[in-house]
Amino acid sequence: MIRTNTDQTLAINVKGLVKDFDGRTVVDNIDIQMPKGQVWGFLGPNGSGKTTTIRMICGLLKPTAGSGFCLGHDIITEAAIIKRATGYMTQKFSFWADLSIRENLEFVGRLYNQTNLKRLVNETLESLGLEHRQNQLAGTLSGGWKQRLALAAVTMHQPQLLLLDEPTAGVDPQARRDFWDQIHYFSDQGMTVLVSTHYMDEAERCDQIVYLAHGQLITQGSVMDVIKQSGLLTFKGTGSYVRQLIPWLKQQTGIEHIAYFGNALHISSTDLSSLSQVIRRSQMYIADHNLESVQWQQVDPSLEDTFIALMTKSGEDQRKYR
Amino acid sequence: MKSHQKGFLRDSLIDQLSRVSAILRKEFIQMIRDKMTFAMMLVIPLMQLLLFGFAINTDPKHLPTAIYIEDHSPLVRSIMRGFSVSDYYQIVHQSVSPQENSDLLARGEVAFAVHFPVGFTDQLIKGERPTLLIEADASDPSASSQAISRVHEIVNQSLQHDLTGVLSNLQTQPDPVIVIVHPLYNPEGKSQYNIVPGLLGVILTMTLVMITSMAMTREAETGTLENLLAMPVKPLEVMMGKILPYVVVGAIQTTVVLLAAKYIFWVPFVGHMFHLVIAVMLFIITNLSLGFTFSTIARTQMQAMQLTFFFFLPSILLSGFMFPFRGMPEWAQIIGEILPLTHFLRIIRGIMLKGNSISEHQPDVYALLIFTLLIMLIAIKRYRQTLD
Repeated sequence: MIRTNTDQTLAINVKGLVKDFDGRTVVDNIDIQMPKGQVWGFLGPNGSGKTTTIRMICGLLKPTAGSGFCLGHDIITEAAIIKRATGYMTQKFSFWADLSIRENLEFVGRLYNQTNLKRLVNETLESLGLEHRQNQLAGTLSGGWKQRLALAAVTMHQPQLLLLDEPTAGVDPQARRDFWDQIHYFSDQGMTVLVSTHYMDEAERCDQIVYLAHGQLITQGSVMDVIKQSGLLTFKGTGSYVRQLIPWLKQQTGIEHIAYFGNALHISSTDLSSLSQVIRRSQMYIADHNLESVQWQQVDPSLEDTFIALMTKSGEDQRKYR
Repeated sequence: MKSHQKGFLRDSLIDQLSRVSAILRKEFIQMIRDKMTFAMMLVIPLMQLLLFGFAINTDPKHLPTAIYIEDHSPLVRSIMRGFSVSDYYQIVHQSVSPQENSDLLARGEVAFAVHFPVGFTDQLIKGERPTLLIEADASDPSASSQAISRVHEIVNQSLQHDLTGVLSNLQTQPDPVIVIVHPLYNPEGKSQYNIVPGLLGVILTMTLVMITSMAMTREAETGTLENLLAMPVKPLEVMMGKILPYVVVGAIQTTVVLLAAKYIFWVPFVGHMFHLVIAVMLFIITNLSLGFTFSTIARTQMQAMQLTFFFFLPSILLSGFMFPFRGMPEWAQIIGEILPLTHFLRIIRGIMLKGNSISEHQPDVYALLIFTLLIMLIAIKRYRQTLD
């Protein structure tokens, strides 16, 4: 199915995006069709190509191959138009540390040729709750406030599409929650939001997630879909010394992955019989070695289980690094 | 317990040395990895060696000389030959009027203008000791002084072969010809008259290129470049915005230097301020564009500094600021002609010391303009619209 820029319902519509750096492929043949008005999560381990893909979508990088449209504009030839209609928040804080909060906002507003700049900046400061600190240098803000300032600055020109690259990395849970309230507020106003993250709870706040690994798109859909698609079955083992089982479990065949979180051991596989066999053998192992007993029960796999399994399945990074 | 603690805390010499070697290894790795810095460390000393060793000559020879002859004779030709073989003078032009002689001198095309008046030979033969007038461009005293000091000797020697037989009595003292040298533009031969206007060029070159060379590298190093690129602003707009504030800085520097020139060094200012302002503005923009171009090439502020230094070194040595331009071998003069400072020095010395108008320095103005346009073109080309 080939879509063109005539498809007005899509905010992002890219096909076969490839990006090589010095002969090594960082993004490998990625298709994304994202409808307007949604909030999508962009997930994947470090170095999976999330940032590079976002940069190609907003015209900051030229794709080695592939093409596409962002808000109906060609990402290769119409980058200048795309820049006006998108807000891009970089992974690293990229506002001017030696300018005050107000000066940063004014600068950004002027670059977007905002009229009524003073009022706009005042309103933005007010909504941020930073009026009383408007003359503080941006470099002296804490991590959470820096992110909030950045979000306010990139949304001040009312973009149609918001691209957020790991906006909440290193931010405390309360600030993260506030940040997501903001994202949903912008979404309610009609903005389309693509946000990359490592946090599972954040992925669950998205309408859909796109999972990348080693530059390839592994899976996409709603959280439920992704879990279902994986066909994963998970058993949860609880007990006071359950972690002692990990070295033994790792030697067993038939488990796709083992993870310890929430004071419980999660073992997953797509094959129920092999999982059952491992559990049976583990009970014998426990009995033989006089260990504390472990209670096993089947649970719905969480998104985290799914991702860890996806990551394990996608295997070693096949891309060459020099 | 106590002895254990002591042993734990005490550093043996070997421990200390191994930590030194850890840092040493790390520094070596980082040094070699920064290819540009490493290259500069090798190239800059080599450049200094070549420039100081081969290009610099404080005893300039073959200085271009214009000659105006109203009295053609074998004796005049002998003197002319004497000038030519002396190595100090090189006759490059035969003027048709005394005015032409003066114009060439004012434009700096020649360093000396020699005038053989009517009746020179007659008076010489009659032993009436005619005058030979030599006008010298003394704006740079170090360039002309050697040639001037040799002139009597040259004239006497060149006549030696001709003043034989009946004329041999003329060889006796006093000299057969009275040589009058008019050191123009800086009659007192004060070197600060030449150096202070030149310093304006040097100060503008150093500070402005250095400041703007940081312009883009700072954005890149702090990560704000990505943000800037994601916003709707075009390369030329960024360049203009980054350069213009420093035009003001350059103007302030110029004012300070000119005030110091007038009230501290008493440098004469015979030209027009208007012409000077135009020249200075052009030169400021040239340097700012160059610095901006450097900032699109360098990846770190450190590299930007090195590029500035790499450019500054030949500018100061080969432009005619420190050493006479005409004293340099041809290859060094060619490099010098490429450098904006060379042309600026000619213009500003022309305006301040000789009272020239800017139109008398057209070739230099064009050279600056072409340099600026080319460098701006490179900057626009090099400025990355994307992060590639």
